[in-house]
Amino acid sequence: MAINWFKYSSPASFYPLAGRMIPWAMAVGVLTGVAGLYVGFFVAPTDYQQGESYRIMFIHVPAAWMSMFTYIVMAVWAVAGLIWNTRLSSMMATALAPTGAMFTFIALWTGALWGKPTWGTYWVWDARLTSELILLFLYIGFIALQASIDDPRRAARAGGLLALVGLVNVPIIYWSVKWWNTLHQGASISFAKAPTMAAEMLLALLLVTLAFWAYTIAVAMMRVRCEILESERQSNWIYETVEGLR
Amino acid sequence: MAEFFAMGGYGFFIWMSYGVTALFMVTEVLLLMRRRRTILQRLSRIRRAKIGVSHEAQT
Amino acid sequence: MFAAVRSVLIRDLTLAMRRRADVLATLIFFVIVVSLFPFGVGPDAELLRVLGPGVIWVAALLAAMLSLGRLFAGDYSDGVLEQLLLTPQPLAALALAKVLAHWLLSGLPLVLIAPVLGLQYGLSGEALRILVITLLLGTPVLSLLGAVGAALTLGLRGGGVLLSLLVLPLYVPVLIFGAGAVDAGLSGMGVDGHYSLLAAFLLGALILAPWATAAALRISVE
Repeated sequence: MAINWFKYSSPASFYPLAGRMIPWAMAVGVLTGVAGLYVGFFVAPTDYQQGESYRIMFIHVPAAWMSMFTYIVMAVWAVAGLIWNTRLSSMMATALAPTGAMFTFIALWTGALWGKPTWGTYWVWDARLTSELILLFLYIGFIALQASIDDPRRAARAGGLLALVGLVNVPIIYWSVKWWNTLHQGASISFAKAPTMAAEMLLALLLVTLAFWAYTIAVAMMRVRCEILESERQSNWIYETVEGLR
Repeated sequence: MAEFFAMGGYGFFIWMSYGVTALFMVTEVLLLMRRRRTILQRLSRIRRAKIGVSHEAQT
Repeated sequence: MFAAVRSVLIRDLTLAMRRRADVLATLIFFVIVVSLFPFGVGPDAELLRVLGPGVIWVAALLAAMLSLGRLFAGDYSDGVLEQLLLTPQPLAALALAKVLAHWLLSGLPLVLIAPVLGLQYGLSGEALRILVITLLLGTPVLSLLGAVGAALTLGLRGGGVLLSLLVLPLYVPVLIFGAGAVDAGLSGMGVDGHYSLLAAFLLGALILAPWATAAALRISVE
């Protein structure tokens, strides 16, 4: 059976599909999240170097992964919207940006709270923390640019161009910060990674990552539905199909 | 129980991390649900206004 | 095409010369920001020598930001920009001409006055030489990248703040290698690597930024 994927590239047919995805994604997110927390807190052993404080890793690392991955996905959607002029692609980018920014902030916040007991200070100008901070600025720039443009078409295209510029610059920024950091950093701080991570720790990490994935999908779908409703208020289909409007 | 929440002396750091994360995620979902409700209310007002106008035009 | 580029350049320079206050304001802003820092951190000569290159570089970024808002705003409000979009010449080349004019008016003066400010911070002759070369290579990148942001935020409310939000994170690599070169030079690590990287940034920006600026102008004016 061949599925006509292009059918779903129009807001009218994507809207109900997104609606059907939300409860499933939420359910997967809650289940894997609870399982991940259980494994993380009750099964995974205490780290012999860091004690209990390492358990922050179970949200810090997935949030950091999520923040970077979401930026790439967001930028790809935005650029696709710019190239093919597809409204839905740009809406997906707009819908992903706030969640990506949230995970970036969470990664920074938990990183600071993990750094205090581990390194003795809330903030170090470590390459990863610094890059994450700049990533947050890039997210905020994207959101702020789109928020200050009233014309939706211009907002979509301007966001696409900005995401493209960001995509080209992110590797350069990351690499510069890394270089800057290795040059300035004394030997005082080093990532004291346990040589082998216990299997239970890895399992908890993967479960929480899965939960964040599912959460991001669910929330992005909720937001894209709001975007569709706002931009399609002139079309008749929403008054015919959307429950609560008929 | 108290021992669990103390987390070997690291309770503050761990619960601040997990608490803020949970707060953000729940808040985001709630805000989106509210946004959806507001949009739907506004759209149904627009619809009712439109129907009213077309009725007047017919009569 | 070159005639069009030249006439845009000459036009922008002439306009700026009729309103010299704008050009001077950027320069004076730069001088004031750099001169304010010692009041904040104290007059310790050793500390100032270490901070000097970084302070001058950050002030150069801020000064560049300050003047970027005007890059297309005047042409946008009086309709010249629409005419430029309609010309048969490639828009990227015209954008490059405007960026060049911007650099000549607000980048080059900073480079020329930087050694004087460097003396305030007790930088040695060698440090001053490195600082001027890095500024010479780096400030055009600031103008080129900034032009993309200026074109994107054209005519938006809160454009100035928004512009800095978009552009300043992109300036990080230039800042790292520009300000880092002086340190590297003084500690005997050699600065050729820094020069090459800054030159590479400049080359990359020269090739890519005018296209992005042209695309952004089309998006904003349409």
